[in-house]
Amino acid sequence: MRRAVFYVVLGLAAVAFLYPFLWMAATTFKSPAEVGGLSLIPDQPTLENYRLMWARAPFGRALINSLFVATTITVSVLVFGSAAAYALARLRFPGRGILNTVTVAVLLVPAQLTLIPTYTLIVELGWIDSYAALIAPYVFNAMAILILRQFFLQVPRSLMDSARLDGMGELRILFTVFWPLAKAPLATVGILTFMGAWNEVLWPLLVVRDEQLMTLPQLLTVFSLGGGAGPRQLAPKLAAAMVLVVPVVAAYTFLQRYFIESMASTGIKG
Amino acid sequence: MRAESRSGLLLSAPYTAFLLLFALFPIGFSVVLVLLKWDLVTPPSFAGLDNLQHLVADARFWQAIVNTFVFLAIHLPLQVIVALALAWSLNRPLLLRSFWRAAFFLPVVISGAAVTILWSALYATDVGLINGVLARLDLGPVPWLTDPAIAMPAIAVMATWKNVGFYVVIYLAGLQNVPQSCHEAIELEGATGWQSFRHVTLPLLKPQTLLVVTLSTINGFQLFIEPYVLTGGGPLRRTLSVVLYMYRNAFSYQKMGYAATLGLALALVIAVVLVLQRRVIGSAEES
Repeated sequence: MRRAVFYVVLGLAAVAFLYPFLWMAATTFKSPAEVGGLSLIPDQPTLENYRLMWARAPFGRALINSLFVATTITVSVLVFGSAAAYALARLRFPGRGILNTVTVAVLLVPAQLTLIPTYTLIVELGWIDSYAALIAPYVFNAMAILILRQFFLQVPRSLMDSARLDGMGELRILFTVFWPLAKAPLATVGILTFMGAWNEVLWPLLVVRDEQLMTLPQLLTVFSLGGGAGPRQLAPKLAAAMVLVVPVVAAYTFLQRYFIESMASTGIKG
Repeated sequence: MRAESRSGLLLSAPYTAFLLLFALFPIGFSVVLVLLKWDLVTPPSFAGLDNLQHLVADARFWQAIVNTFVFLAIHLPLQVIVALALAWSLNRPLLLRSFWRAAFFLPVVISGAAVTILWSALYATDVGLINGVLARLDLGPVPWLTDPAIAMPAIAVMATWKNVGFYVVIYLAGLQNVPQSCHEAIELEGATGWQSFRHVTLPLLKPQTLLVVTLSTINGFQLFIEPYVLTGGGPLRRTLSVVLYMYRNAFSYQKMGYAATLGLALALVIAVVLVLQRRVIGSAEES
């Protein structure tokens, strides 16, 4: 009996987290007369809301922009970031100590402090309304470098020595010896970086004004601020939000264990 | 050895350049900007301490700080209590254990922009889901986002819903480190389940609680997209956040010097609040 009550309470809690998403999905298929109803099944399903939002703002283009920006940043953080992490972990060179210290120190600086100076830098570089503005400030990530460096420090010395005896260069050692061993930290860094870039909204709002260059969260924000809040506007806005939510939910459904573990292990949210 | 030095420098050079351009330069330049008046169109001019004087006297800035504390006063306790309760419920043999955890975690992975749009629909006065449920119970529509006294608490509830799954996972990891023998020992002494939770589990979870409070506080000071989309900082500026005000100074009013001053002030406020919290939570153990 106590056990049954426990499951009912837990079920209600889960409903509080899942029902809003289901209701949102259902609402996007409802006609204006039905919007606001609690039902999850539209009486007269319609695609009108999707047609409206697709016609009013370039969401297809925004989807491509977001994919391009998030993928470029993730690849860069993984490839160039692990090269830097490898050097910091396994190679002796002048300045390594300082670089390690600065990497840790940078993590302690709140993002709000550097936001405006970085913005003025982007303006002075003439990068407003460009992919460079969206990508360049994120091509490295101090947290990612620390995670990878920590892992690379644990790779046995003997593996490196024998690879060197075989005449391998440092880059080949990194990508053919270290990478296969580092799948778990690479996946963690990859997921966190992609999620962070995919969800970012304040930075694009500052540096991009051209609708054709906007990322999904940004275009969604701009789109939802236009127009009123009545039932006629609500459903197209939710339909626009679906474009942002559905790919993430799909990835999350298959990879949820990795999502949860990578975020929890590092103490960062996307 | 020379080859190793050379490859080390080569492999780390892009990162070094990045740090100089996008970390060290902005940090240094933030202090310079405080002394400037600059609209990004005409050349910057030296403004002395004008920005700092303006900050001290700026009612909007102080309102934004007060708003953030209102937010935190609701958000922090709610976050800790809900996260603890959910984690405690999940920390046992359960049917569908990973399903429950994944359900609570789902809003964490969704973009804040999408969650905010979703909640603008949940909170809508006439067609919103929450008022729809209330109407079924014969309760009147609540103007969630247009009543000055309710808007910020409503945003705090939304932020808790968005983030709590993350903290559930943190507490779960902590709970799994609490040895069962501790509970058995105190229950042999005749302690109730609640006493065992209060005097054994809770003190052992202090590192997790400190992490939850610290991260939630930093999040609270970063509040931006929620007021930007839901309320525009209103009603009566009661949901204006520091980052939203900073964004407007930079983007709408073209006041780079003042926007940077707000950023610097915010960083200092965050540092002070975090240190104080650490003190308070640290001393709670001794008592």
